[in-house]
Amino acid sequence: MSFRLPNAGCLIDRSNPVSFTFNGKPVQGYKGDTLASALMAADQRMLGRSFKYHRPRGLVASGGEEPNALMNMGEGARFEPNQRATTTEVFDGLTARSQNHWPSLNFDIGALNNRLARFFPAGFYYKTFMKPQWAWKHLFEPIIRNSAGLGQVPTERDVDRYEYFYAYTDILIIGGGVAGLEAALESGRSGAKVLLLEQSPHFGGRFMVDDIEVDGRDGPAHIAHLLAEIAKLPNVTLRARTQGAGVFDHGYALGYERLTDHAPAATPRHRLWRIRAKRIITATGALERTLNFAGNDIPGVMLASAVRDYIRLYGVTSGARTVVVTNNDDAYRTALTLYAAGLEVPAIIDARPNGGGEMSDQARALGIRIETGHGVAKVIGKKHVTAVEVCLQSGTGGAVESIACDCVAISGGFSPVVHLWSHCGGKLNWDEENAMFSPDPSRPPTDQNGEGFVLAAGTASGALGTNACISTAVTAAHQAADEVGRSIKEEAAPRLTQTPDETPMAPIWTMPAQAPYKLRSKTWLDFQNDVKVSDVQLAAREGYESVEHTKRYTTLGMATDQGKLSNINGLAVLAGALDAEIPQVGTTTFRPPYTPISLGSIAGEASGPLFKPTRKTAIDGWHKSHGAIFEPVADWRRAYAYIQAGETTQDAITREILATRGAVGLFDASTLGKIIVKGPDAGKFLDLLYTNMMSTLKPGKCRYGLMCNENGFLMDDGVVARLDEDTFLCHTTTGGSDRIHAHMEEWLQTEWWDLEVFTANLTEQFTQIVVAGPNARKVLEALGGTDVSREALPFMGFIDGKLAGIQARIFRISFSGELSYEIAVPASQGLLLWNLLLQAGADFGIAPYGTEALHVMRGEKGFVVVGDESDGTVTPHDLGMSWAVSKKKEDFIGKRGMQRSFLMAAGRKQLVGLRTLSDTEKLPESAHAVEGGKAIGHVTSTYFSPTLGHPIAMALINGGQSRMGEVLDFPVGSKVHKARVVDLVFYDKEGAQQDV
Amino acid sequence: MRKYSAFAIAREAFRHHSGWQRAWRSPEPKKSYQVVIVGAGGHGLATAYYLAKNHGIRDIAVIEKGWLGGGNTGRNTTIIRSNYLQDESAAIYEKARGLYEGLSAELNYNIMFSPRGVMMLAQTEHELRGYHRINQANAIQGVATEMLTPEQVKSKVPIMEINGPRYPVLGALWQARGGTARHDAVAWGYARAASDLGVDIIQQTEVTGITQSGGQVTGVQTTRGDISCKKLGIVVAGHSGVLAEMAGFRLPIESVSLQALVSEPIKPCIDVVVMANTVHGYLSQSDKGELVIGGGADGYNNYTQRGSFHHVEETVRALIETFPIISRLKQLRQWGGIVDMTGDRSPIIGKTPLGGCFINCGWGTGGFKSIPGSGWALAATMASGEPDELAAPFGLERFAEGRFIDESVAAGVAH
Ligand SMILES: Cc1cc2nc3c(=O)[nH]c(=O)nc-3n(C[C@H](O)[C@H](O)[C@H](O)COP(=O)(O)OP(=O)(O)OC[C@H]3O[C@@H](n4cnc5c(N)ncnc54)[C@H](O)[C@@H]3O)c2cc1C
Repeated sequence: MSFRLPNAGCLIDRSNPVSFTFNGKPVQGYKGDTLASALMAADQRMLGRSFKYHRPRGLVASGGEEPNALMNMGEGARFEPNQRATTTEVFDGLTARSQNHWPSLNFDIGALNNRLARFFPAGFYYKTFMKPQWAWKHLFEPIIRNSAGLGQVPTERDVDRYEYFYAYTDILIIGGGVAGLEAALESGRSGAKVLLLEQSPHFGGRFMVDDIEVDGRDGPAHIAHLLAEIAKLPNVTLRARTQGAGVFDHGYALGYERLTDHAPAATPRHRLWRIRAKRIITATGALERTLNFAGNDIPGVMLASAVRDYIRLYGVTSGARTVVVTNNDDAYRTALTLYAAGLEVPAIIDARPNGGGEMSDQARALGIRIETGHGVAKVIGKKHVTAVEVCLQSGTGGAVESIACDCVAISGGFSPVVHLWSHCGGKLNWDEENAMFSPDPSRPPTDQNGEGFVLAAGTASGALGTNACISTAVTAAHQAADEVGRSIKEEAAPRLTQTPDETPMAPIWTMPAQAPYKLRSKTWLDFQNDVKVSDVQLAAREGYESVEHTKRYTTLGMATDQGKLSNINGLAVLAGALDAEIPQVGTTTFRPPYTPISLGSIAGEASGPLFKPTRKTAIDGWHKSHGAIFEPVADWRRAYAYIQAGETTQDAITREILATRGAVGLFDASTLGKIIVKGPDAGKFLDLLYTNMMSTLKPGKCRYGLMCNENGFLMDDGVVARLDEDTFLCHTTTGGSDRIHAHMEEWLQTEWWDLEVFTANLTEQFTQIVVAGPNARKVLEALGGTDVSREALPFMGFIDGKLAGIQARIFRISFSGELSYEIAVPASQGLLLWNLLLQAGADFGIAPYGTEALHVMRGEKGFVVVGDESDGTVTPHDLGMSWAVSKKKEDFIGKRGMQRSFLMAAGRKQLVGLRTLSDTEKLPESAHAVEGGKAIGHVTSTYFSPTLGHPIAMALINGGQSRMGEVLDFPVGSKVHKARVVDLVFYDKEGAQQDV
Repeated sequence: MRKYSAFAIAREAFRHHSGWQRAWRSPEPKKSYQVVIVGAGGHGLATAYYLAKNHGIRDIAVIEKGWLGGGNTGRNTTIIRSNYLQDESAAIYEKARGLYEGLSAELNYNIMFSPRGVMMLAQTEHELRGYHRINQANAIQGVATEMLTPEQVKSKVPIMEINGPRYPVLGALWQARGGTARHDAVAWGYARAASDLGVDIIQQTEVTGITQSGGQVTGVQTTRGDISCKKLGIVVAGHSGVLAEMAGFRLPIESVSLQALVSEPIKPCIDVVVMANTVHGYLSQSDKGELVIGGGADGYNNYTQRGSFHHVEETVRALIETFPIISRLKQLRQWGGIVDMTGDRSPIIGKTPLGGCFINCGWGTGGFKSIPGSGWALAATMASGEPDELAAPFGLERFAEGRFIDESVAAGVAH
């Protein structure tokens, strides 16, 4: 029976009751309770079912290492599976349900697996379910998937918000126990900027629970003292409820702050801290290990430190009659705590032949029975403990006595929490005396300068005793302060601590030492994943000898607790099975996060509309209110077509094209990249970047240019305008603007850093509007302000001037094949100009057109679109654009690439036009030309041309230029489309329309 | 080799599983072998297995510096598909996929090949055109794929948000016979079968040098002594550049860290593999219930097997937009593997400038799916000394010739 004690519990507020439900049943707790402590107070000891055998599971621990007490929490849009009861603070209205059972926690069909456990040893699934071939996918896998998994699947979109927080600090301390706080105080005194993260809602760690005296103060009083001292230092920040989740290269660390998990509200639920620290001190404490005896997974068997935590912190006892089983002195604290709370301790079973130190004398003096040299043969009980069978530790498990009890408090020694030390490559030493891995200070994670940037302090460094714990913290603080250039001048007076003398622990990896298979196959290492001692031994016998093999074969340590309790025990059992030393076997790799963090917090604010925010041009609002449908292009959205009442999309496209070709069209081209390249070497730089010559371009003139990658394949195109002697404006494709800007910078910064050139991406600073069509000039003239006649502004020229009073740069370039002006104005003037153009053009039949109309028109002209006609395997020559590849230039990116044999070979794919034999049947998108069963090319663009009244297409075809007039087959599905290879330019081959 | 079967399990159940033998032998290395393979990843082990099985060459050592399967083979997100654009790629990946179908039975080891279907989402018009192109190409190559409408996508994956708002799903390329397999089991299954055919798998032994004489390989130096051989296969993925240097040539390969992560396990919620390349994320659910999520590759070369957090961020954001219900699930673990990237994102299989020395590398972010096909092809190449039909297009010389087999063409990522 577990219940609330009348008075203990330093974290709960008994005047503040809280009600919540568990499996639909109302439960009462107090403010300050965790879900685990409140459930235990309500005598709810069974909290879930294990993964594989669906065995009853109860609490083992009191913190983030808890493997069993996982809950389906909350409802609807706030539902969350696998929430740990031990780290969940209760609040009014909380709803929790236990997991992984059907139909109920008490009666679970899945528990049949437990009956058949002998057929399901580690890795059994690798040895069967192989035939017939279809059966894995259709029969076995579905059964396994349904019985595996843990929590339920959420069904709704999360309603909570998450946020990022960026912090820069000299020293980051992870862990707010005594070591962390001492380190914060000490390093804080140096004036360094210090940030300390503590995962739980309160500071002090084990000092709140263990009877320790420092400078005449008891544990909690000393913590209060430290907090008060730290509060005086403005340069030290403490954050509770914030887990140090991961340490990455270059002093980058993650903090996971849970702001409202204990009181759901509108403020951000979680905040992910991204921290850059010059030094990191891990003061993360140590975790107690379980003991390995048969039935150690039965609810009621708990870590001794956790039993003590529940009493001291929450005033809850895990049982009325608790047997303590240990291989070290610390568990005696639990026995004494139980005794002091007036609870029965029928026996302390100490596996060490000679028992413990000072505290064992105290216990004996109180009349508590101590059995040294003994162990537990097995635990009796089904859904919870009813007794333990005691045996000689050295024997094979012959029971000497059965002791009735309802709780077993176990301690297998301690393991420093080395996770954060290890995330970024910190190495470990095996500490023989305490049978644990601890950080090796001579092999820390190293930073960009090759210097260690993580220091371990307190028990996390392997210093288990209080004195050593505090002194390592102070030392680490000094070292960190020194290394960030903030030496601490005066030495703080050393702390005077009072702790009982302890006798060394004894490494006990199986209980009893000679446990036979029958016991070993009932002895759990990993409670959540159901991995037993016999499983690890089987893995070793079958040759899965590396710890990583054993882990993967047995699933040891792969559960949601990531083996915090089981790893070292598992390693020890493996080492035993291999007859090797534990350090030889080594650990598995520690990976972030320390305990799981919400995916929502990782995404941060960047969800919904803030996920890759849509880039919109200055005219976007107009487009939207005029029937535009949009298409995403890179991060932008562009008007695809403007649909008028009663029109289909195709109708609209046709109308837009005919209006442009017949009168005048208006197009928002603002998304095209606009990069300024400036400096004395700008021309030289662009000659290297583009395949054609740019340095010879005259100021005031434009030239269409191509860019290739080093392999000689086309990567972007656009018009370059020379603004003055050392300034060029390079237009890129919409998708290319950021990429090409980065490309330029990469070359400038890594290869041609001797060139005097600067670049700036001005894409968003300008609105660019195309006025195209036979009436284009008339529209501009109607606006007035600048002479745009053929003479004043010839084709491929530009001028700076005013249009209707707006400062503008007017280019004579054309992608539609019509007389065309592109007008760039500051983005703030963009919408104004657009509206003025519409007004001025009204008499000339002006119509806005979208990207699809543009694409069709350029298709009619045989102009390529990078990404459609090119795909990263196509050279300018393949596209028939050899004229744009300079033969004179000594070098440019891609020149050498293009000279490789395959790029020069005959028979390469070449761009051609296609004319379907039928005038009504458009070629399907991406259709492949097939000859003799092999593909010889594919359609790159296919449209119906309203101008010409028939379908047109472009295609890359093997040796295409020499196939003019040939009819090719394009089989798609059951149909074979036929089309003739024709010239690329379908409309106005002479270019008369654009050069007027 | 004692056969695995339900019957064998039942038999062992009644004798405390004491009768199971080692899955593979742990031999002392001999002084000399006919063939030495460096690297006991999936590709190295499969090569050894097919050399023994298809070509009767059994005097083989596979030398592994760590534990077998511990490289990328044991770190990947296990997507298997063969819907590639280029004919050469489709041929070898489809060969591999076909072999995967029967691999459990062939190796007598359940590698859990689960042809649950691979769905590649098109979220822009451009991407949709790209997938149409692959779909058309696949039809000619004989690889069964089809295009799905957004409604079909939704019915296969009810937890997906197909209406955007940012990138609505416009369609998808679907390969019904693609899927996943258990990565460790692939390595272990090949190791067990190869070992049974006489192949010596030598773990915890690093190759530190390659010896040669007159342009011909003569053996390797290892942390456990020199081993001579007539033919050498270098199959070390991310460390290919290091081994090539030992052999005296350079490779057009960059090694970068590629990351993945898993969520905590939940009950089944998605039955297919989804890849969303526009937003950069892909996801499937393991048999244990974890969501297996693939991240991006770091932009700088390194050998750390870690990775920066920024890629995890980007991937998780993308997937929450695509699958809104996952926001309150938790990330359990993230890790990285060193992937070997070539310029055209296709592998290198075949001969090297050093006589008798063969290489298989450059699988980059997507070589789990090819393990059986690649092992098959390299084995044939090493046995005969000349590139086999599947391997021939992937020779090292193609970079000098500019004859790329570019798979980044239609879809950005190539997992
Ligand atoms: C995060 C991630 C996700 C991925 N997702 C997918 C996916 O979904 N689908 C897919 O198809 N592919 C995927 N891949 C790619 C795939 O994992 C690899 O292409 C494939 O596993 C490579 O196998 P391998 O046998 O060539 O290399 P590895 O498995 O890396 O094996 C190489 C071996 O060589 C050993 N070695 C190296 N140097 C030496 C030396 N000097 N001496 C001895 N031994 C040496 C290494 O220890 C290693 O074991 C992914 C990769 C990563 C990292």
